[in-house]
Amino acid sequence: MSTAPQVTTRPPRGTLVARVLPPALLGGRRAGRLVERNLLVYRRTWIVIASGFFEPLFYLLSIGVGIGKLVGTVTGPGGQVISYTAFVAPALLASSAMNGAIYDATFNIFHKLKFAKIYDAVLATPVGVTDVALGEISWALIRGTIYSAVFLLVMAVLGLVGSVWALLVLPVAVLIGFAFAAVGMAATSYMRSWQDFDFVQLAVLPLFLFSATFYPLTTYPPALQVIVQLTPLYHGVALVRALDTGAVGPGALVHVLYLAVMGVAGLAVTSRRLGHLLLR
Amino acid sequence: MASAALRSLEYWAYQYRRTWRGTIASSFLSPVLYMAAMGLGLGSLVDRSGHGASLAGGGYLAFLAPGLLAATAMQTAATEATWPVMGAIKWVRTYHAMLATPLRVVDVLAGHLAWMALRLLLVSAIFLGVMAAFGTTPSPWALAALPAAALTGMAFAAPITAFAATRENDAGFSALFRFGIIPMFLFSGTFFPIGQLPAPLRPVAWVTPLWHGVALCRALDLGTATAGPALGHVAYLGAWAAAGTVLARRAFHHRLAR
Amino acid sequence: MPSDPAEPLIWARGLCKRFGDLVAVDGIDFEVGRGEAFGFLGPNGAGKSSAMRMVACLSPLSGGSLRILGLDPARDGVRIRSRLGLVPQDDTLDLELTVRENLYIYGRYFDLPRKVIRERADQLLAFAQLTERADDKVEPLSGGMKRRLTIARALINEPELLLLDEPTTGLDPQARHLLWDRLWRLKQQGVTLVLTTHYMDEAEQLCDRLVVMDKGRIAAEGTPRQLIEQWSTKEVLELRFGPGEHEALAAKLGGLAERIEVLPDRLLLYVEDGDEALAGTHRRGLRPDSALVRRSTLEDVFLRLTGRRLVD
Repeated sequence: MSTAPQVTTRPPRGTLVARVLPPALLGGRRAGRLVERNLLVYRRTWIVIASGFFEPLFYLLSIGVGIGKLVGTVTGPGGQVISYTAFVAPALLASSAMNGAIYDATFNIFHKLKFAKIYDAVLATPVGVTDVALGEISWALIRGTIYSAVFLLVMAVLGLVGSVWALLVLPVAVLIGFAFAAVGMAATSYMRSWQDFDFVQLAVLPLFLFSATFYPLTTYPPALQVIVQLTPLYHGVALVRALDTGAVGPGALVHVLYLAVMGVAGLAVTSRRLGHLLLR
Repeated sequence: MASAALRSLEYWAYQYRRTWRGTIASSFLSPVLYMAAMGLGLGSLVDRSGHGASLAGGGYLAFLAPGLLAATAMQTAATEATWPVMGAIKWVRTYHAMLATPLRVVDVLAGHLAWMALRLLLVSAIFLGVMAAFGTTPSPWALAALPAAALTGMAFAAPITAFAATRENDAGFSALFRFGIIPMFLFSGTFFPIGQLPAPLRPVAWVTPLWHGVALCRALDLGTATAGPALGHVAYLGAWAAAGTVLARRAFHHRLAR
Repeated sequence: MPSDPAEPLIWARGLCKRFGDLVAVDGIDFEVGRGEAFGFLGPNGAGKSSAMRMVACLSPLSGGSLRILGLDPARDGVRIRSRLGLVPQDDTLDLELTVRENLYIYGRYFDLPRKVIRERADQLLAFAQLTERADDKVEPLSGGMKRRLTIARALINEPELLLLDEPTTGLDPQARHLLWDRLWRLKQQGVTLVLTTHYMDEAEQLCDRLVVMDKGRIAAEGTPRQLIEQWSTKEVLELRFGPGEHEALAAKLGGLAERIEVLPDRLLLYVEDGDEALAGTHRRGLRPDSALVRRSTLEDVFLRLTGRRLVD
């Protein structure tokens, strides 16, 4: 037996804390490796990504030719009268930013976590748990940004963009994606089986339908208006709609703050939970 | 033969005992949410604009509800006929386990299709219950919309089962939903009359099974059905279900009896 | 801090791992020196993999002290892992990527430059005899090929220490021999190997030194030869009789062997001379259905130490 090196006994959580904290402070270089991995995979299946863009487009067209004609015009956020299609288009952009982020952060992550065991291999390398969380969220955001940019372009071509403020829609779409991806991943870390994903659908559908997406907030009775204003997608929809129509006020900052806090909180829970799940 | 298919059906029913809570909750909640948001919320905008009165049913909610009934049957059918079929062939290999018993390929198929039909009846019955609660079942004929919705679902379930049985992985399913199911949901008369579509697109909507399902369910629910068109819709939907079953039988034989 | 060549690569004292009430590793001490091939031998559930995961910095300690490459895994996990190679029990290969892409992206996780990875990948593909399958997807590969790819992957960062958790479990005999050959070559090149196994032949083939683990503790330690000499006899006589007679017959064989183990299907007589013991059996008028004389193995050591067999 050789002589003992200088050793101090550490509390068992030491490893976990050490692995979660330093990479977060060092920034995203290692997180970028996860993005690189996903790019490698999607180089072959880019057509799947490309096709994902059509869903919000179909919704926009359906509203343009169909429901828009039935409704006619509505009162926009700044009190101006706009076409129903111009009213719904920014809300569809915000909703699809949410949908894409949630889908990536729940179904895809759960598959990688429980079945493909991607992260088990990754964590045997210098890449840490927070790198994994940041990397996967970044990937979801990159995809989401591409979708949002194309959708915004289509809106512009169809004459549905009413203000130069609309240039800020893109970073806002990234913020919406970040907020929902982070919370979605946190929720995924608690999922036990595919059955639990029924609850994801049950949470996303009412957000999609009731966040003043398809009709103005004033359609609701006052009590319900308060409740809607507490939900996250409402802030995304209101923010994108304000920028798109040019009716921007200080209230926009409240929306930004809400979404940012939600994202950071989700990320913190995700890092802790992933460490708990993977570093046992 | 019939009793053998029943044993295959029994498997799906037995398995459903573990998962029914989640699916019942979504079968109940999603129509409630859609009816409230699109029927009441969006409907208030449509009716205020004055366009609602010209719609079948005399208001947007009454117009929309039976359309959503048919569209929900389609979506349920598409979900039940894709991943579960692929799983039974490749992942869980349920079909292979069944075929190691006296069950034959046709029994396995008949059992699974019968299960899908039962699921469609259940989902449509819940939907009709919600419609009644929203006051959108004006006549006793609405009860006939139950088998009509299930038939609409089977017009999708059978051919999609055939499609799923030819696939090596589930990559084609998202394309099926993105380019088949969702466009039909949005453009086949559920949310607005297809007369509003540009003229060249109207024939496309007419050939989709969903338009026939929506038209049939709407006419029955509102009590405005007439024998000729109704029988035409039934025959058209029945033809899709029958052709799909024949194709599915061929695909199952090709895939499983090797 | 560069580690002193004389200092052990792994140094563990009182190492513990608990999952709730379950004690997986119950205070073990061991050291592994540079260039050594060290094994954890034990049945499923003995705590081998839990010990391995702590060494790989994948699992926080519940107690005790651990130093790897002279570093503390709690503080320097990233630095340690960048110098380790891990072959986990499940292959955890990326099924959505090709064979070569698996090596490539794993190298990127170590922050290696692309050019370096490309060069090493070619060498490792040849080493793993996968050059011809380099651009195929991983899923259709055979179990042995996947295992070799996992080992090649673990070598992409030229690790000083290669950890292998049950490297050949589930493989057919041919695939196992090929894999042993590859691991033997690594050992010749000076790579330090640490492996867990429940196959005594694997432990005998590959390990310079090993510990026998049972119920989270180390039951014995030494070279394979030392362990056999210390805990077993030179030869073993295996006797099979008709069903159900073994207990009673063991009594009749008293005095013929140093020790007799009664297994469900046969009797094991631990002796210095197997043929002599077989003759003695015949002299006592016993007629076994079959008889086999063989040398003692680590399986016998394990049976002696724990009263159980390695693979049930």
